[in-house]
Amino acid sequence: MMGRLLLVACFWVTPIWALDPGEALTNPELETRARALSQELRCLVCQNQSIDDSDAPLARDLRQMVRTRLLAGDSDAQIRAAVVARYGEFALFRPRLASHTALLWAMPILILLLGGFFGFRLMRQNTSTPPQ
Amino acid sequence: MIAELGHFVLVLALVVALAQALLPIYLLRREPSGGLAVAFAARASYLQVMLIGLSFAALTYAFVRSDFSLKVVFANSHAAKPMIYKIAGVWGNHEGSMLLWTLILAAYGAAFARTAKNMPARFSSFVMATQGLLGSAFLSFLLFTSNPFARLLPAPFAGQGLTPILQDPALAAHPPLLYAGYVGFSMSFAFAIAALATAGEAADGRDNAWARWMRPWILTAWIFLTLGIALGSYWAYYELGWGGFWFWDPVENASLMPWLAGTALLHSALVAETRDTLKRWTLLLAIVTFALSLSGTFLVRSGVLTSVHAFANDPERGIYILAILVGFTAGALALYAYRLPKLTPDGAFQPISREGLLLTNNIFLATATVTVFVGTIYPLVLDGLGLGKISVGAPYFNAVFAPLAVPFALLVPLGPLLNWRQGQLAPLKPWLVMGAVAALLLSLILVLLRGAPSIMVLALFTASFWLVLGAGLDLGRKLAPHRAKLWRFWRLPSTAFAAPLAHGGLGVLMLGILAATQWREEIVVAASPGQEIDIASITLRYDGLREIDGPNYRSEQARLSYLTGPHAGSHLFPERRFYEAERSQTTEAAITTDLTAHLYAVVGETANDKRVLRIWYHPYVAFIWLGAVLMAAGGGFGLRTRLRRRA
Repeated sequence: MMGRLLLVACFWVTPIWALDPGEALTNPELETRARALSQELRCLVCQNQSIDDSDAPLARDLRQMVRTRLLAGDSDAQIRAAVVARYGEFALFRPRLASHTALLWAMPILILLLGGFFGFRLMRQNTSTPPQ
Repeated sequence: MIAELGHFVLVLALVVALAQALLPIYLLRREPSGGLAVAFAARASYLQVMLIGLSFAALTYAFVRSDFSLKVVFANSHAAKPMIYKIAGVWGNHEGSMLLWTLILAAYGAAFARTAKNMPARFSSFVMATQGLLGSAFLSFLLFTSNPFARLLPAPFAGQGLTPILQDPALAAHPPLLYAGYVGFSMSFAFAIAALATAGEAADGRDNAWARWMRPWILTAWIFLTLGIALGSYWAYYELGWGGFWFWDPVENASLMPWLAGTALLHSALVAETRDTLKRWTLLLAIVTFALSLSGTFLVRSGVLTSVHAFANDPERGIYILAILVGFTAGALALYAYRLPKLTPDGAFQPISREGLLLTNNIFLATATVTVFVGTIYPLVLDGLGLGKISVGAPYFNAVFAPLAVPFALLVPLGPLLNWRQGQLAPLKPWLVMGAVAALLLSLILVLLRGAPSIMVLALFTASFWLVLGAGLDLGRKLAPHRAKLWRFWRLPSTAFAAPLAHGGLGVLMLGILAATQWREEIVVAASPGQEIDIASITLRYDGLREIDGPNYRSEQARLSYLTGPHAGSHLFPERRFYEAERSQTTEAAITTDLTAHLYAVVGETANDKRVLRIWYHPYVAFIWLGAVLMAAGGGFGLRTRLRRRA
């Protein structure tokens, strides 16, 4: 129960269905990009869903905006920038690499290196002492 | 009356728990060998489980009888609810679930008390005193902030009901399993405390015996947590309406962290037990794993991560749990720092050896744990510091976990193939090369045939197949000495199956995730009766809609007929249910379950006299849960070995 209540929250208001019939673009390449982008954008009304999963009207508007811009020839980066300009960085599920997120992105590598360093030292130390 | 009795025995349980926490320490001073202390603590443990059990029974009774004069029953139950959900409703709310938590804690304590005589009395006394202290903390939390027996006067005539989405068999079993996992790690925590408290007392001078005693408890907790997470994921898959199985939601992350740390602990305790090394790391992990279990509770119960949505959040409760978390973790770490010098030095080992590989495994698992932790709390910290609001979601975790998973999975099969102390890869070389080539070829063929866009996907597929093949090789090697009596498989040693099943299960799980995310197909149509729908080379026909009445809901049920494929002639019945009492609705997906693919149908609203239907094709998605069950089964075999050895 603990595991899922957050998710539940959104769904008892509206069951989740994202895309409506007719929303998808006819160009399959652009549609693939639209889906990928939608999964990276957060629905702001419904806290833990991407706009691709959310049924909220705001999410629908955003999905349409993404597709309109894709048709107009915008790049993925331009579309992300437009969303951030309107809703802030909170709308990105995949934070941009910047000074305030550097630690977030670097942490896995740092821990791996740190673990490797200590592990290596442990083995060196141990092999230098004669095994019992 | 029954409720008052339940409340009263809970107060008694607190008194007993306090005595169990404090008296053994006093008795140990009077009689250092510990005979008195252990005798007292064991009796207190039994008494505690009986008292909390009675209290739990009283609350269950109130739910079964729909006694709406109890606040929790009123807020979370309804007279017109099937019996199973009345009972599941006991833990479908904050107060009741915390009572379940303490009941499980007491049950572990009593189970330990039964085996306490296998260990030195001083050690057992410390374990049970720690358990008593934990019990006191959670019992007082219950009584002072979350009393499940609080009355509501005058009593209302009808309850508010249980959220319909929770009225589901899988979700009835999910919390007990998850809690059995979380709370199980309190045992390894208590063992770590006892090991630190008695460090340097071992007669043979090698104080790693605790690792051997700890292992069955870690395994038990790990099996429960694995199954609990898997069940929750499966529930989300079929209940939430589109077939997502993992959302990297903070609450899911809260359960994943102790699982990752617990998996590391499982392996490092094996090293500590067998080779008398990595003891310090193992003790630290035991403390951290339980701290993560507690913080899982804290994150969910306090409302730090969610504001208005999850039920009954209350800052006072959050602060209380935070105090418990900080108190126990800080206390344990202080003891750790203070007693560490007493431990005998760790033994020696070579990088290319089983312990070397297990250490590497621990480095990766620790990295994964920290990644989930940082990803989950980073936005909170950033916001708290006033540095901006960001979101960390699935795309971040996927981006970080994919490159971590590949080297990790490549190393996993090597561990069991190498010997302790000094391993030799050379004799295994032909097998390893064959396995690697086979894994790469299989992945290439799949990726070329079905299409998958990236090198990363290819690498992940290869790593997954490598895991499965490596598990097969491991199993083959372990069964080779028993070749003559393979047909009497029940007589084969359990250890032979433990690692291969767990590691192979991980491979199967990864294959499921890859296939289901890479090759998923989806179609959304507004259909009128008679219309045909094509998906993944299957043709379906929408036959129309009918209304039916359930026990406590009304339902709109659509019918889809298979026109082609192996299921031709059979039907799918996706539903939308409307629950009167709770005034809300759920979608019940209809799923055709094959091992190789699921067809998943959901019925939506009306659009211009047509019905919106959403149909997904989820290839190999069943492998995800099959893999998890295999992993748990591997754990089960490991546990069986333990229990037999002891007997």
